[in-house]
Amino acid sequence: MTSIVPAHIKPFQASPLARAGWVVLIVYLAWAMSSLDFNYARFITGLDNGAKFISRMFPPDFARWELLVKGLTESLQMAFIASFLGVLISLPLGLLAARNLMPAVVSWPVRIVVIACRSFHPVIVAIICVKAVGFGALAGIIALTVASVGFVGKLFTEAIEEISMKQIEAVRATGASFMNVVIFGVVPQVMFRFIGFSAYETDANLRNSTMVGIVGAGGIGGTLFAAFQRFDYDYVFAIVLAIIVLIMVGEVLQLWVKQVFKQ
Amino acid sequence: MLSIKNLVKEYVAGKPVLRGISLDIAGRDITAIIGPSGTGKSTLIRCINRLVEPTAGEIVFEGRDVVKLSGSELRAARSRIGMVFQEYNLVERLSVMENLLTGCLGKTPAFNAFLRKFSADDIARAWEMLEIVGLTGFANARADSLSGGQRQRVGISRAVMQQPALLLADEPTSSLDPKTSVEIMELLARVAQQKNIPVIINMHDVDLARRFASRIIGMSDGQVVYDGAPAGLTDDVLKTIYGGQGWLQ
Repeated sequence: MTSIVPAHIKPFQASPLARAGWVVLIVYLAWAMSSLDFNYARFITGLDNGAKFISRMFPPDFARWELLVKGLTESLQMAFIASFLGVLISLPLGLLAARNLMPAVVSWPVRIVVIACRSFHPVIVAIICVKAVGFGALAGIIALTVASVGFVGKLFTEAIEEISMKQIEAVRATGASFMNVVIFGVVPQVMFRFIGFSAYETDANLRNSTMVGIVGAGGIGGTLFAAFQRFDYDYVFAIVLAIIVLIMVGEVLQLWVKQVFKQ
Repeated sequence: MLSIKNLVKEYVAGKPVLRGISLDIAGRDITAIIGPSGTGKSTLIRCINRLVEPTAGEIVFEGRDVVKLSGSELRAARSRIGMVFQEYNLVERLSVMENLLTGCLGKTPAFNAFLRKFSADDIARAWEMLEIVGLTGFANARADSLSGGQRQRVGISRAVMQQPALLLADEPTSSLDPKTSVEIMELLARVAQQKNIPVIINMHDVDLARRFASRIIGMSDGQVVYDGAPAGLTDDVLKTIYGGQGWLQ
């Protein structure tokens, strides 16, 4: 029997570059851990403090529940307003940044704006906003809106870039104007994904809105931070529990939206 | 009616896909364009309504050179040319009725389109068209719930809704089974007769072309190598169009 196995062609090809990549990653991780004092002994020392901290958190103290509810309500309001504004701003930006529908001269500047919005964590944007417009919910809403534009704007753009251009071509062939192509060709294809993204962003904003308060931008975060500073760990625990409930409500809400608008 | 002169299209400079096509289309007949894959049939059809930008040449439609039009004038010309696609290209998530009314977008302001405010006349014509293609019961069904044959009937209806002066069809039956293909061709023929407009169809199926077209254009290597009646489509001619002869029996 003559062999038909070619001597010079391997059935599978190894990638030296990918292997080198893995080696670099592992070497880097090892270096980073050793230089940051990331080891077991340090962890054990830390646990002592942790035990003390946790013992002081029990039982949670709901005595100042009015302050808690006020903070939570504010966080919730901030999250919804910021999500609404963020989605509203992201709709045109997402379209303008889509490279399959817009020329590069339009899409690139818009992309840069969206990337800039995404570059900083909401807390950093919140610090800037607090400096700009003063303490309170307004700063938080602006910060969360900026973060929403950075995130949802990008998702919207990606969704639009993934649409079927055949459907667009057909609508275009009827002599439809650009806006009509968007209304009858683009929107139907991305609508359901947009709703999903918006629900997801509202959920993310609920979480973020509990944080921006730490830097004075309104919401439950401020109360949480004050309690920390006064070592009221039992009250901290009460706030943490309340935030968990809030996030779970957000989760349920998001599921429900997805159910209602299921494709 | 439609007069193409020396049409050239190069996707890559120096490598023309269409090398000087000249054609005149008039009347209310079906003209079939046949030829091997990759010879520029789709490009030719798409140049007519400028879904593809021609490199050189003239396409005179209703007295105006489509190649020179832009903006609202181009859209006005496009709205007078209906197009049917191989893969139907319906907007999948819109209803059948909405897909039909897409044909009226050329004259509908964006605000009305957004609110789905179409003229009563357009809606009446849409119902009439659904009756003709036998899909009245599917008006509110989503396009992606239909079968291939049903989708292509919606595709044709959408094109007819434009009240076009010319109908283009880019391999309208290539994704369909033989029986449905014939039904779709019969529908296109009926529409051409009733609306009194010419139809230009790209096709792969030579027998179907012979059966329905009154004029056949054979393309090979970006040029027209045959232009005449189906009767003149002899084996020799088919050899010039497709090359080789082993496939002819």
